[in-house]
Amino acid sequence: MGVIYILITISIIVAIFFLYAFIRAVKKGQYDDDYTPSVRMLFDDELKISTNKKPIQTIKEKQV
Amino acid sequence: MNTGNCFHCGLEINKKEEIIYDEKSFCCNGCKTVYEIFSQNDLSCYYDFQASPGATPLDIKGKYDFLDNEDIVSKLLEFQEDATHIVSLYIPHIHCSSCIWILENLQKLQQGINTSQVNFPEKRVRITFNPEETSLKKIVELLCSIGYEPYISLDNFDEGKKVIDRSLIYKIGVAFFCFGNIMLLSFPEYFEVEEYWINEYRGFFRWLIFAISLPAFFYSASGYYVSAYKSIKSGMLNIDIPIALGIVVMFIRSTVDIVFDYGQGFFDSMTGLIFFMLLGKLFQQKTYDFLSFERDYKSYFPIAITKILADGSETSVQVYDIQKGDRLLIRNQELIPVDGILISEKASIDYSFVTGEAVAIEKKSGDKIFAGGKQMGKVIEIEVLFSVSQSYLTQLWSNDVFQKKIDIKHKTITDKISRYFTPALLGLAIISFLYWIFIDTNTAFNVFTAILIVACPCALALTAPFTLGNVLRILGKRKFYLKNAIVIEQLAKVDSIVFDKTGTITTNKKTSITYEGTPLTDFDLKLLNNALRGSNHPLSRRLYEFIPNQIKLIPTHFEEIIGKGIYAEINGNTIKLGSSQFLKTMTENTHKKTKVHVEINGVYKGSYVFNNQYREGLEQLFHQLSKKYNLIILSGDNDGERKILEKMLPSTTKLVFNQKPEQKLEYIEELQKQGKNVMMIGDGLNDAGALAQSNIGISISENVNVFSPACDGILDASQFQKIGFFMNYSKKAMKTIFMSFGLSLAYNVVGLTYAVSGNLSPLVAAIIMPLSTITIVSFVTIMTNFYARNSQPATRNFQPATKNNPA
Repeated sequence: MGVIYILITISIIVAIFFLYAFIRAVKKGQYDDDYTPSVRMLFDDELKISTNKKPIQTIKEKQV
Repeated sequence: MNTGNCFHCGLEINKKEEIIYDEKSFCCNGCKTVYEIFSQNDLSCYYDFQASPGATPLDIKGKYDFLDNEDIVSKLLEFQEDATHIVSLYIPHIHCSSCIWILENLQKLQQGINTSQVNFPEKRVRITFNPEETSLKKIVELLCSIGYEPYISLDNFDEGKKVIDRSLIYKIGVAFFCFGNIMLLSFPEYFEVEEYWINEYRGFFRWLIFAISLPAFFYSASGYYVSAYKSIKSGMLNIDIPIALGIVVMFIRSTVDIVFDYGQGFFDSMTGLIFFMLLGKLFQQKTYDFLSFERDYKSYFPIAITKILADGSETSVQVYDIQKGDRLLIRNQELIPVDGILISEKASIDYSFVTGEAVAIEKKSGDKIFAGGKQMGKVIEIEVLFSVSQSYLTQLWSNDVFQKKIDIKHKTITDKISRYFTPALLGLAIISFLYWIFIDTNTAFNVFTAILIVACPCALALTAPFTLGNVLRILGKRKFYLKNAIVIEQLAKVDSIVFDKTGTITTNKKTSITYEGTPLTDFDLKLLNNALRGSNHPLSRRLYEFIPNQIKLIPTHFEEIIGKGIYAEINGNTIKLGSSQFLKTMTENTHKKTKVHVEINGVYKGSYVFNNQYREGLEQLFHQLSKKYNLIILSGDNDGERKILEKMLPSTTKLVFNQKPEQKLEYIEELQKQGKNVMMIGDGLNDAGALAQSNIGISISENVNVFSPACDGILDASQFQKIGFFMNYSKKAMKTIFMSFGLSLAYNVVGLTYAVSGNLSPLVAAIIMPLSTITIVSFVTIMTNFYARNSQPATRNFQPATKNNPA
């Protein structure tokens, strides 16, 4: 059962690592804004350039 | 097409002004232009996320010329290198996902913008751009043209970047780390299996737990120690003392326990306690973040002032660079930032911002002018006496007028209880200790520490902040923004409500204006329009919007006499607009309705009659409120509306007319002398003094970014009908606090009986403590949400401010 010393020590070290990662993330300002990323996630990617031409054409057609 | 709502901004369309473009209807050219910009740049996704998310762009010609000044720009930028500039702008109109989308796609609208990132809770956008391809001024103008005008104020000018204080988050992280790990490591001993192996390793576990608890004890809880120490030094007993004492006692007792092998210790309860307390603090902090009431004078001042140089030319300078002896140019409606001497012949200064008096003060050449006033009328020149920091206004802000006297008189509930709680608790602990010491020393120490641990007022300290914090948050969602938690307690005590008439129970939006008299020609309308443009009086503004837009002509002479009318000369024609005394005409119904008479070139033409439009739900609201409160209406207007109001409102409502601002203040003072607790609801423009005098001052606003500093709360105009609900809700919030105090008292009594009788085993104490904390917090949160459920939340139909100040 002596192995329990090693096991507990390792688990504590892993926990400390996560604590360090948390502190570093907070320092970098990641959690200052916790609402906007949730909205940003749902935006679509940029549309292809070819579709750019269409709206201008229809306006011209209307003017005609 | 049917008269519907504008596709861009959602407001109702006036049939004659409807513009149809691309098969969609818009209320005005501005909205249509924004739509055009978006669709041509392939950004029409803007409309997909939210219905009618836009705002009408405002006319901003010349407003941002000060951004041409290099010094000012460099002060506003966050980061400045050759090819990259970064600026962070506050945009009040950010309110939905469409806004986030369009603002993060700005690079499609302007060459030179690299990226932009939105911080939604703070309503800021951080734009990275290339100064060689575009400039800050162009970016700001672009934002204005799509309806997202930034709000640039002196606040942004602070030297040095604001350091964001994240220490609370670090403390919570550390506390949770310690708490979680200690809980896990305590499992073996919890299950108290008397096996061989646990006896072998018990020491290891216990000392490991001790080591892990150290960061929580010393670092995370440090805030409480500091606060308790400060409070003892100043001779007061605040609520942090028992908390700090409790934590220290727990730590010492647990250490003693494991050193002398008396037991397991209470490290898990201690770290759990620290964690929950800090969580409560964080929750409180977050709820205050939404609307910042802590604006000081800097937010109201323009950043740049026009300085007149020795050779007569004008240049923009920063307010901070103004020195004694400088000559400054102050335009109509501009705020005077420093004390000075008037050089121009005369000036008409409105100090309502400072004193609450709406009557403008006439000044002659050579008179001293104090900072904080607004110039009404033509441009004036002043010579500076003091620079900004030494100005009279800086002293004014720490003046009693704006510090509520209530703060001194009214103690929060927590303070009241903590004054008795701490001494009572300490007394009990000492008495029990002395009692048991004659019987058994061991038990005596047990009892002493057990009492301090179990009776920990954490429940007490958490109740008020959690309840009030949650209430503030819920009210904020309903568009009723309060300055701080103390206002809620005051709200529950109110017994008299005073309403202002114009702008409060009447609305500026819908108004039916009819014209009586000889018909006006187009030319006449042109003259009228241009004469009205220079005035900021609510009637002038409404009339200006009513008259169809005309070409702009500059009056050669413009004079506005407060309370009387306007006199202007344009291209040789004289125009007089105003009250009947001003125009020296007496018509029949002069004193009955609100009228603006028109005289052009000395010939009386007719008058515009303003039919007041009362807010929706006024009758029901008053009937609802009259059951519990004394209702009074104080109006600065004449009593023409008396019959109508008497019909609409319950008979117990007092109606007082013709009140000047100081009279309103005196009236409230009278009520307070009679022992009444008064709440005043006004529109903040000229009620500042009365709002400050009343116990609670609420200002109703159509646009929440413009408010008088004297108020304790802002109510969005659309939520006017809900006033009864809000008053009721505040009473229920106080009830919740009392109930949860009762609950925590019950816990204390149970725990203390065990403790004093010496029956308190560590297990029971360890269970009761966090259990009581969690129960109180959940109870309080559930109750406040439950009480709020009785009314629908404010709908998301955002009504942005339309054409405001066209001047």
